[in-house]
Amino acid sequence: MESLLTNFLAKYNYWVYIGLVMIGMYAMIAKRNLVKKIIGMNIVQTAVILFYVSIGAKKGKTLPIIAHGHEGTGHHAVQAIDYINPLPHVLMLTAIVVSVATLGVALALAIKIYRRYGTLEENEIASRINES
Amino acid sequence: MSAHFPGLVVIIPLIAAFLVLIGSLLDKRLAFPVAALALLGSMLTAVGLLTRVMQVGVVEYHLAGWAPPVGIAYRVDHLNGLVLVAVSAVAFINLLGTRPLVAEAFGDRLGPFYTLYVLLVAGLLGIVVTGDAFNLYVLLEIAALTGYALVGMGEGRAPLASLNYIFMGTVGASFYLLGVGYLYLVTGTLNMADLAVRLPALYPSKVVFSAFVICLAGLCLKMGFFPLHAWLPNAYSYAPDPVSSLVAPLMTKVMVYVMVRIMLFVFTPAFAFDLTAISEPMVWLAIVAIVAGSFLALSTRRLKRMLTYIIVAEVGYMVGGFWLGNRLGISGAILHIINDAAMTLCVFLAAAALIARTGSDAIDDMQGLFKKMPVTMAVFVIAGLSIIGVPPTCGFFSKWYLISGAMAAGQYGFVAALLLSSLINLVLFFRIFEIAYFEPFDDHHAEHPTGHGRVLSAVQEAPLETLVPLVATAALLFALGIYAGDIVSLIIDKAIPVGIV
Amino acid sequence: MDTLISIKPLLAVLISLLVIPLIAYSRSPNVREGWTFLAAIVKFALVASMLPAVLSGMEISCSLVEVLPGLSIAFRVDAFGMLFALVASFLWIITSVYSIGYMRGLDEHAQTRYFCFFAVSLSAAVGVAFSANLLTMYLFYEMLSLATYPLVTHHQDQEARTSGRKYLLYTVGASIGLVLPAMLMTYHLTGSLDFSPQGILAGTASRGTVALLLFMFVFGFAKAAIMPFHSWLPAAMVAPTPVSALLHAVAVVKVGVFSIVRVITAIFGTDLLQTFDLSTPLLLVASTTILVGSFIALSQDNLKRMLAFSTIAQLSYIVLGAALLSPKGVTGGMVHIAMHAFGKITLFFCAGAIFVATGKKNISEMTGIGRRMPVTMTAFFIGALSIIGMPPCGGFLSKWYLVLGALEADKIAILVVLLFSSLLNAGYFMPVVYRAFFCPPEEALFEARVQEAPLCCVVPLVVTAVISIMLLFYPQPFMNLAAMAAAKYTGF
Repeated sequence: MESLLTNFLAKYNYWVYIGLVMIGMYAMIAKRNLVKKIIGMNIVQTAVILFYVSIGAKKGKTLPIIAHGHEGTGHHAVQAIDYINPLPHVLMLTAIVVSVATLGVALALAIKIYRRYGTLEENEIASRINES
Repeated sequence: MSAHFPGLVVIIPLIAAFLVLIGSLLDKRLAFPVAALALLGSMLTAVGLLTRVMQVGVVEYHLAGWAPPVGIAYRVDHLNGLVLVAVSAVAFINLLGTRPLVAEAFGDRLGPFYTLYVLLVAGLLGIVVTGDAFNLYVLLEIAALTGYALVGMGEGRAPLASLNYIFMGTVGASFYLLGVGYLYLVTGTLNMADLAVRLPALYPSKVVFSAFVICLAGLCLKMGFFPLHAWLPNAYSYAPDPVSSLVAPLMTKVMVYVMVRIMLFVFTPAFAFDLTAISEPMVWLAIVAIVAGSFLALSTRRLKRMLTYIIVAEVGYMVGGFWLGNRLGISGAILHIINDAAMTLCVFLAAAALIARTGSDAIDDMQGLFKKMPVTMAVFVIAGLSIIGVPPTCGFFSKWYLISGAMAAGQYGFVAALLLSSLINLVLFFRIFEIAYFEPFDDHHAEHPTGHGRVLSAVQEAPLETLVPLVATAALLFALGIYAGDIVSLIIDKAIPVGIV
Repeated sequence: MDTLISIKPLLAVLISLLVIPLIAYSRSPNVREGWTFLAAIVKFALVASMLPAVLSGMEISCSLVEVLPGLSIAFRVDAFGMLFALVASFLWIITSVYSIGYMRGLDEHAQTRYFCFFAVSLSAAVGVAFSANLLTMYLFYEMLSLATYPLVTHHQDQEARTSGRKYLLYTVGASIGLVLPAMLMTYHLTGSLDFSPQGILAGTASRGTVALLLFMFVFGFAKAAIMPFHSWLPAAMVAPTPVSALLHAVAVVKVGVFSIVRVITAIFGTDLLQTFDLSTPLLLVASTTILVGSFIALSQDNLKRMLAFSTIAQLSYIVLGAALLSPKGVTGGMVHIAMHAFGKITLFFCAGAIFVATGKKNISEMTGIGRRMPVTMTAFFIGALSIIGMPPCGGFLSKWYLVLGALEADKIAILVVLLFSSLLNAGYFMPVVYRAFFCPPEEALFEARVQEAPLCCVVPLVVTAVISIMLLFYPQPFMNLAAMAAAKYTGF
């Protein structure tokens, strides 16, 4: 039991992201409002982004910006171990852009759906489709 | 110049997309020519790449000169050389063939439409050519987003179908990203070749296995592999016709390619086939996919929907063939990527032409079409025969390899599923042929306006602009069939790693 | 034996395909028929030109394209293939003439489509005859099924639709469901699909597997109408009579039995089947079809349906001959392809002529028709004699060899089957002839005015009837070809 708790605390980032994914998927599946579903989707994407960023973190190290990098043009060797891993951050910048773009497209479609059916509730849309 | 081909094949359409948009702001009529030129350029580049690969072997290209694993590498070998040609050719032919349809449906939005079209192709080509796992995700999303937008541009239920597609597609891509994240976590690299070198030492690790499962799940979602296919019928059948004939042949097949690439070249066959016990369940799932897809296709009387269910079954062929794990099965799966792209293009293009002229998607409205639209129907017949698997069309040969592979692996359930699917396809297509052949054509179409608000004149043959690509694609089906052996022995055989028997 | 490489087999197959644009776009019906006729004659000439080489023991081969590693689409003309190709191409000429009379006599619609698909079907039939391996044969077999569909469903009414459905389901369904996996299994076991004298399966599989494969092939080639896959044949009688005549008496069904005999002799081999004692089950299947088919034919009133069931029974004679696995048996079976073709086509031509002249389809309505159409009914009589197997018609020869083959193979039961079925054949043919000629005047439904069918219909049936008689006395080259083929395949 002890080791389980320490494990949980040590790897809390994974648990957080898993929790977020679950919340996001729940929203996507269980909620009936389209915008809520879209937000759920966004939460799933954000969870993955959070996961990536978290795996780049190191205890007690600093931001990956080389101090005084311009002056002296960095003669002294840069110890990578002193900085947190910048690569996941870079990757996730792209992923965030993708996520925003997806959000944009999804919301645009939601607007189109609203214009056509007059509602954003899934069950009402379904009944309106059945009527026509 | 030719050294830059791997990069060019993606960059040409990428830049052209912006040119199309800008050009269309000046003059709407510039959109199509620029797009056509760009896709032609892509196709020629892809052909050049394939010939180069066949001569010298693997071609590597480092973007911006940064060597991997630091930089992003594009790596063209026999497998993606072949798929590149297929994707660019299908996109180009489809562009030409659907021009009249696009002009009619999207006349006021030609610029945006063609921009999205070219971007989608750029994304797909990038997925095929890249050698970097994360770069693949980026291009995957580029292709996916443009796909969502294109599908959503349709009328009727298209926006809702596209939204559902977004939901499932995004989850799929996120899973893939997650899987790549796990791999990065334990190896520190994103380059596919590098991953393949570093992973074997880590095979016992649970992280690698989780990455494998999550990646596979994400890919299955994006491929439309039963039971994760629910987005496919709606999205593809409600999409505008010119869009269906682009995404239907390409998106799922490129995803199958990604699965092949990842399983064979990142998680090497030693892991994917031997160490995980997933091959058999996947083949059984594929059997279910094939049977379910075929029966679902029987249940609908709308043409495009029926074709989308056939796609679900075809994905089952490819996935099942791959997971048989022997050379014949994998060759069959890869050959079927090419053949299915061609067959699906042919059948969807023909369907688009038929629907445009008759104004209706229902099978029961296709009466007397053999008389009214003989060339289009002839092409449709050839495509149907290929899907059924009649020699000498290409569909027969991929079935040959798939069944041979199944027999070699002792998987007779898969053999039975393939044969059953052929028989059901026979029924499906002859149902349509019967209506088109036997039933008299009632000209009441001429009086009633359709739901789109168009009043149709009496049904005539499709315009020449559509007929030429149609006939060319039909001829391609025969050519692919006759040269199937050559394609396999010269290209596909070299694409599969040596260790597989 | 020596092999000649020549493009002739390919030409023989292609000639009817090449003429299709000319047929489709011809300006007048006479031009169109003229092209068909010309193509038929050229085809027959090409086939016949290869005859001397084949008779002298050579085989002509022509390989087209290697479509799969180790497998090509290839032609190889040997004695058995030559026999079938000669029959098919010769009868196409005759049927073309008959079609002209029939289709014009009834003023049928869509004649251009009819002649086009007829040409394709003949191309496929000759393609099957000349196939060098199982893959090529399968290709042309499927091509034939698809090309004959528009012919079977020519009338485009509801009945044609259901019959067409049945036709397709049986022929294409069985070939995809049974022949395709069997073919692939054979390739998987042996690595080859080439037709070879003692087959390719020897030593590669257990008895169970070989038996399974054998029956998958036999039932899979549903065009041979072996029971229970026979019901498409009576259903296909909705087609116009020339279609029924050529395709169901000669090309389509003969392709079926040809394929079965080819597979039995050249993929399995008589030795293998002998070793595994698979002759008996095959004989059982064939005999059942013969007897049941003949019994059902007895009960039919529609003339064409009766002929259909007669065909079903007669086709199994050919399979029976091959199943006997003895040289005379195989010879008898092979030569019956030719004899039955000429006899049956005469009968179908007569049925068509009767329909054109009087509009009658049922036997019960044909009382006394012999007085009105004496030439037709005499030809019918001759054709019937050939099918029953009585001299002076060619059918006697094939039956004789089958009997000898049964004795050679020591299967007395088959002797009984052969004799009994001949009696049954007589049982359903003779009443027709009797009622046509010998009924009392009160029962006659037709007066004694002579009003034969148009000349284009009558001449062909007279020609085939005469040939049926001639074949008993001059059975060459069919007899030679059959004997050569049997010798090659049974190793005697």
